[in-house]
Amino acid sequence: MFWTDTKRIIKAGWTSFWRNSIVSFASVLVVTITLSVIASLLFLQAILHHSLDEIKNKVDITIYFKLDASEDQVLNLKSAIEKLPEVVSVGYVSAPKALADFKEKHKDDYLTLQALEELEVNPLGAYVTVKAQEATQYESIAKALSQDSTLIKSSGDIIDKINYNQNKMIIDRLISIIDGAKKLGFIITLILVIFSLMITFNTIRLTIFIAREEIGIMRLVGAGSYYVRGPFVVQGMIYGVISSLITLIAFLPLTYWLGSNMTNFLSLNIFDYYLSNFFQIFAIVTLSGILLGMISSFLAVSKYLNK
Amino acid sequence: MIYFNNVSKAYGPNSVVLDDINLTISAGEFVSLVGHSGAGKTTLIKMILAEDRPTSGNVFFESLDINSLRRKDLINLRRRIGIVFQDFRILPNKTAYENIAFAMEASGKTDEEIAGDVPHVLELVDLSSKIHHFPHQLSGGEKQRLAIARAIINQPEIVIADEPTGNLDPINTYEIVQILKKINNFGTTVILTTHNKGVVESIGKRVITIEKGKIIRDDKDGKYMI
Repeated sequence: MFWTDTKRIIKAGWTSFWRNSIVSFASVLVVTITLSVIASLLFLQAILHHSLDEIKNKVDITIYFKLDASEDQVLNLKSAIEKLPEVVSVGYVSAPKALADFKEKHKDDYLTLQALEELEVNPLGAYVTVKAQEATQYESIAKALSQDSTLIKSSGDIIDKINYNQNKMIIDRLISIIDGAKKLGFIITLILVIFSLMITFNTIRLTIFIAREEIGIMRLVGAGSYYVRGPFVVQGMIYGVISSLITLIAFLPLTYWLGSNMTNFLSLNIFDYYLSNFFQIFAIVTLSGILLGMISSFLAVSKYLNK
Repeated sequence: MIYFNNVSKAYGPNSVVLDDINLTISAGEFVSLVGHSGAGKTTLIKMILAEDRPTSGNVFFESLDINSLRRKDLINLRRRIGIVFQDFRILPNKTAYENIAFAMEASGKTDEEIAGDVPHVLELVDLSSKIHHFPHQLSGGEKQRLAIARAIINQPEIVIADEPTGNLDPINTYEIVQILKKINNFGTTVILTTHNKGVVESIGKRVITIEKGKIIRDDKDGKYMI
């Protein structure tokens, strides 16, 4: 009996979807808009996080060494720094490499190069760049590298300067901007999602309001709650499936256009992101659509079932 | 079969709809309930369907106290009663066939039973040629015949018809009354509410007259007298 009932409920929902084509069209449209909002927010979050990661990667602490510091001393300190738990990577640039980089950077600046030639020794010292996992950790790394720390004392007097203190203000501001952007992004996402859910729920409620008399008739004929509610829930599910397919397909050309025209501005190729995360996005959009349609219908019918 | 035991219904101190009704309807009877609009006919019927509760007193369907039934039992009770309304109450997005099939599906009938019985009952109410028509393609009389077919498809013990001819012309009214008589001849109890003097007199069976919430007359071979 269960399978017969399930088959009948699915058939009734499907038939009703096609026979009420105008109402179905309106519902699919609204659910599609909601799912598009959700999908857009997924992309916006991706862009936001990607940009923040980019900014974070640009933050580092640079330690400049004195000219008389030997390479061994520098490398010893480098490996000691690498052992700090907050440190992700430590980059090393030797004195000759620093000079070569400088020359390359100023290759068109004849005067500077000539001045450099006048000097017989390399005026540039070696330096290491330290990257932390989180922007907030630079403070503790800077402490570990301060003059009176055991790490620095044991490595001898080789450090010329550490640029953390010059960068401190920028790093602090970045930390607060990153935090703010994340919080704001989350709040905006939440508000938009709540609004879209409310609009969809109300639209589906309206479609069931139109059918309220039918619900009453079904009850009088002796149909059980699940038998009355079932076809409406199936209809809600169909709204969700069709809307999510439309949304996923519509985002292909849209992200393709954004990918080929806006990649530099957004610092992320949206189309590549869409394709490489397709299954995740597919799952989120489709599940949201189906759950949204089914739950809205389920709740909306309840109101008339108890009358 | 149906017993009203000191049933009263009031929507407030100054609005008494039913006043101490005592009534017995036996199996196989054809009972016409007559009275002015607002006399309490429809409220009486709502009590049988448990759509409304009495303020005091009890309504019994055989040994079941209708108002103490749980939701599930209430669904089972409604399956034992076929209902016909003045405004037809047919599912607008289903064809004639599907409307009747729905009532059968709701009571758990198999697909084979449905395929066998639906054409048969539509033939009984002379709608065989309109089996795949939607309600908006049917006339008033045809809609009411469809509603009757739906009411009897599950072989209910009682058919309740609340002003079934209220929206119909004399010819359709006559047809509906003939169908109801035929149903009663098969042994089904029929309760009919009506304003129509001609309808009551053409039936020539028990007539209960209600006025201001009280039964003022109960005649075995009654006439319409108000």
